[in-house]
Amino acid sequence: MTKQVTSKVLIALGFAASTLAIATSAHATDPTEPLVVNGEIEIVTHTAAPAHLEGLKTIQSGWEFRTPETQDLQRDDFDNPGMIGVDNAREAWNTVEGTAEKSCASCHEAPESLAGVRAVYPKWNDKAEEVRTLEMQINGCRTENMGAEALDYTDNKMTEMVALLSAVSRGMPVNVAIDGPAQAMWEKGKEMYYTRTGQLELSCANCHEDNYDNLIRADHLSQGMINGFPAYRLGDAKLIAVHTRFKGCVRDTRAETYKPGSPEFVALELYVASRGNGLSVEGPSVRN
Amino acid sequence: MANDVRPRVKVPKSASAGETVTLKTLISHPMESGQRKDKEGNLIPRSIINRFTCEFNGQMVIDVTMEPAISTNPYFEFDATVAEAGEFKFTWYDDDGSVYEDKKPIAVS
Repeated sequence: MTKQVTSKVLIALGFAASTLAIATSAHATDPTEPLVVNGEIEIVTHTAAPAHLEGLKTIQSGWEFRTPETQDLQRDDFDNPGMIGVDNAREAWNTVEGTAEKSCASCHEAPESLAGVRAVYPKWNDKAEEVRTLEMQINGCRTENMGAEALDYTDNKMTEMVALLSAVSRGMPVNVAIDGPAQAMWEKGKEMYYTRTGQLELSCANCHEDNYDNLIRADHLSQGMINGFPAYRLGDAKLIAVHTRFKGCVRDTRAETYKPGSPEFVALELYVASRGNGLSVEGPSVRN
Repeated sequence: MANDVRPRVKVPKSASAGETVTLKTLISHPMESGQRKDKEGNLIPRSIINRFTCEFNGQMVIDVTMEPAISTNPYFEFDATVAEAGEFKFTWYDDDGSVYEDKKPIAVS
């Protein structure tokens, strides 16, 4: 793995050490140390690329492209600001809403009973005959089973609930199905991924496949994996949903963006999620 | 009172006498700086936590004055030397007069 970020960080530290007499790394955890959350949940942050993915040999979580300080925030739930959203969602989980006078807990008991769900979404839904993201499924539950109003796709409450479902699946390998009835959506997402767009004529792949680990202004480009979403972005000081991130990326190519929750972004999410098949579910992650 | 304000603290359950322990505190709070404007161009009034204190058995451990530049969900990590068993008391003071408290006992073995 010549392209892994850790080696570069070490080189950078080496330069710093010669002038600053170390000190900076006195308490910082060794950047090559693997990610283990709370000392118990082992997270796979790089692994062999899934068979369908020809452009990459090794897939890496966005976590590997961040600084040691940011990485450390994910090692302990107390230090992870995204867990505030998870706590809020735990409260919402037990809150009765809608005409059926049900809460999430009425059907699903504890959130832990849905461990593993995050890992396989987006997923084909037989009854609705569509590929559903976790957000769509949550709104399905709300409108069909609870008699409650649907939440906005990127509403804080929605993103927090997705974060809760991610948190209980942490450490499990992402494993979204790309064949069967979901295949058409997946192909559509793949085409979007490799299609140049916007005034800058950039495809997703131009940055996240051809140039990952290179600098884009002052930031390391990641492989654009979404196993860590929802992500707590330090600059936004809140949890960010996958589609919000997509929107930001498309905007940066100077194109008109699709709407969060649109079929285009659902297809793209399915495809991008499948590129990360094999990485661990990591959300809520911390990114800059 | 700002919405969803919830203090959290992490204190070891026990320590040996004279040991230095690390305390972590986090409070969820928007920390509105008072310098931002809303969509209509009106100033959003300042609403921050302006002081944080930690006491151990009535003795002050740390007393922090907080300013508007401090980010959302302020986090503090600091050390305290524990000479005897007792109770840490954490207090946050909000601009609007609200006071948030949390207490954690620590045993000495």
